[in-house]
Amino acid sequence: MSYDRPRFQTGGDKTLLIEFGNAIAPELNQQVRCLLLAIQRAGISGLIEVVPAYSSLLVYYEPRQISLRELRGRLEALERSAEDSEIPEPIVTEVPVVYGGKYGPDLEFVAKHNGLTPEEVVRIHTGTAYRVYMLGFIPGFAYLGGMSARIAAPRLATPRIRIPGGSVGIAGNQTGIYPAESPGGWQLIGRTPIELFDLHNEPPAQLKTGNYVIFVRITPSEFTRIREAVRQRTYIVEETPMAGKGESGDI
Amino acid sequence: MATFKVIQPGLLTTVQDLGRYGYQQYGVSVSGAMDDYALRIANLLAGNNEGEACLEMTLRGPQLQVLADTVVAITGADLSPMLNNSSIPMWTAVAVGPGDTISFPRSQRGCRSYLAVAGGIDVPRVMGSSSTYIKSRIGGFDGRALRAGDYLKGGRARPGILGRLPPQFIPEYRNQSELRVMLGPQDDCFTENGIHTFLHSEYTISMEADRVGYRLHGPRIEHKTGADIISDGIPLGAVQVPRDGLPIVLLADRHTTGGYTKIAVVITADIPKLAQAKPGDKVRFWQITEAVAHRALRNYEQTICTVKDCIQRGH
Repeated sequence: MSYDRPRFQTGGDKTLLIEFGNAIAPELNQQVRCLLLAIQRAGISGLIEVVPAYSSLLVYYEPRQISLRELRGRLEALERSAEDSEIPEPIVTEVPVVYGGKYGPDLEFVAKHNGLTPEEVVRIHTGTAYRVYMLGFIPGFAYLGGMSARIAAPRLATPRIRIPGGSVGIAGNQTGIYPAESPGGWQLIGRTPIELFDLHNEPPAQLKTGNYVIFVRITPSEFTRIREAVRQRTYIVEETPMAGKGESGDI
Repeated sequence: MATFKVIQPGLLTTVQDLGRYGYQQYGVSVSGAMDDYALRIANLLAGNNEGEACLEMTLRGPQLQVLADTVVAITGADLSPMLNNSSIPMWTAVAVGPGDTISFPRSQRGCRSYLAVAGGIDVPRVMGSSSTYIKSRIGGFDGRALRAGDYLKGGRARPGILGRLPPQFIPEYRNQSELRVMLGPQDDCFTENGIHTFLHSEYTISMEADRVGYRLHGPRIEHKTGADIISDGIPLGAVQVPRDGLPIVLLADRHTTGGYTKIAVVITADIPKLAQAKPGDKVRFWQITEAVAHRALRNYEQTICTVKDCIQRGH
């Protein structure tokens, strides 16, 4: 559900929550992205940082530098003008993935579970641009939206203790990429050689709220080559403006 | 040249400053000192800016061999700090030198103690902060808690800073605390009954209490319909209530976002009390308005300014 006007709620004495609605929908997340970019451009003094989410932004502020009333006024004005202002097209990031085998040990399961061949699962998974709704859970982890229900699969009954960084998985109707080695219960269908979170980069995360991801199939030998280029810091991640690809997510 | 060698690391000793801000949009937790007051005062006593990196020590402190002349200040929980065989005063700048050993044999009061060293603990700043976020191995000392055999580097002591905190500024840590809260952002997800329960019950801090947050035991808080929301950002001190109705107060190492209803947020000035509370301690929540909360925050900051003046003037 989308609200007529954004709702402002205090979150204690140092944060203000701005909600556009309470649903997971591209239109709401688009409003989040617009306001986020407008806030970043405006440079409000006393505003510490903004945490964008599916349909809201949490603004951290320093009340010694800006009053709640003034902050709210500035944000309301930005929100009103954000809708009309020129905002850059979302970026589409290409994430190269080797599917199946040791890179994606659960690809067969996901295929069988849905009455498909592994090849069909890969075709469906690579056939959509996924919206980055938000980052959270662990540094650089993107909550992606737009996966086809035809390749949905339940979580593992027993989570794995250790999943390699770069693993691409499916849990329910969601798909995602583990930015770093961690435990986890997602069905792993592939693995990317690129780093989605590198604390030596500024910003450290490759993906950002309101942008898009497409998965591109690569071979194991390309994986090795890209991995080496990433290590040498010579690999350039393919990023193109969304224009022409359509907001619907289908490509 | 190192300043300390870690002989025993203690239960959980990490490098922390005032936290890592600006990276939550990428999923990076804030971290930082659980007790902001104790860390800032420790730094001021050691002659530092209030936000320098300190050691945060939990319940059982480390044993540190001193390798160089410097000044330290220990604040927060009373873990019975000793210099060699004598106890050393807390909330006071103390000169130490090669051959000395600092140890913390017994936990007396509070949960987290802070050791500031002149010049600050020297670790690389990661994303603008020296704080350790253990779970993702970010920042601090190699992204982890200290271990035996680690060497820590401080800076050089500035002359003439040996100060002691006037006693009226030393907090008392109790086993029962009243925490002031502002309701929201999702207080509308709870029944009137649920809010009444939250504001009129005593809660006990469970064993599941760490830098991420404290799970509380006590009367269950009633939701109107459900406990799940579309994930949003989590403020420091947020009181999250999942489906089981038992509140969890989220602290320094909390996730940046979460999908459970938040009935209220503990005000900034009362977070240090909670940081010093231990499993088994009791808390109650007391609702205040935004205006009162902001006045409390001004008073809190004013206290730290006053302390700064006292120390720098040598009262």
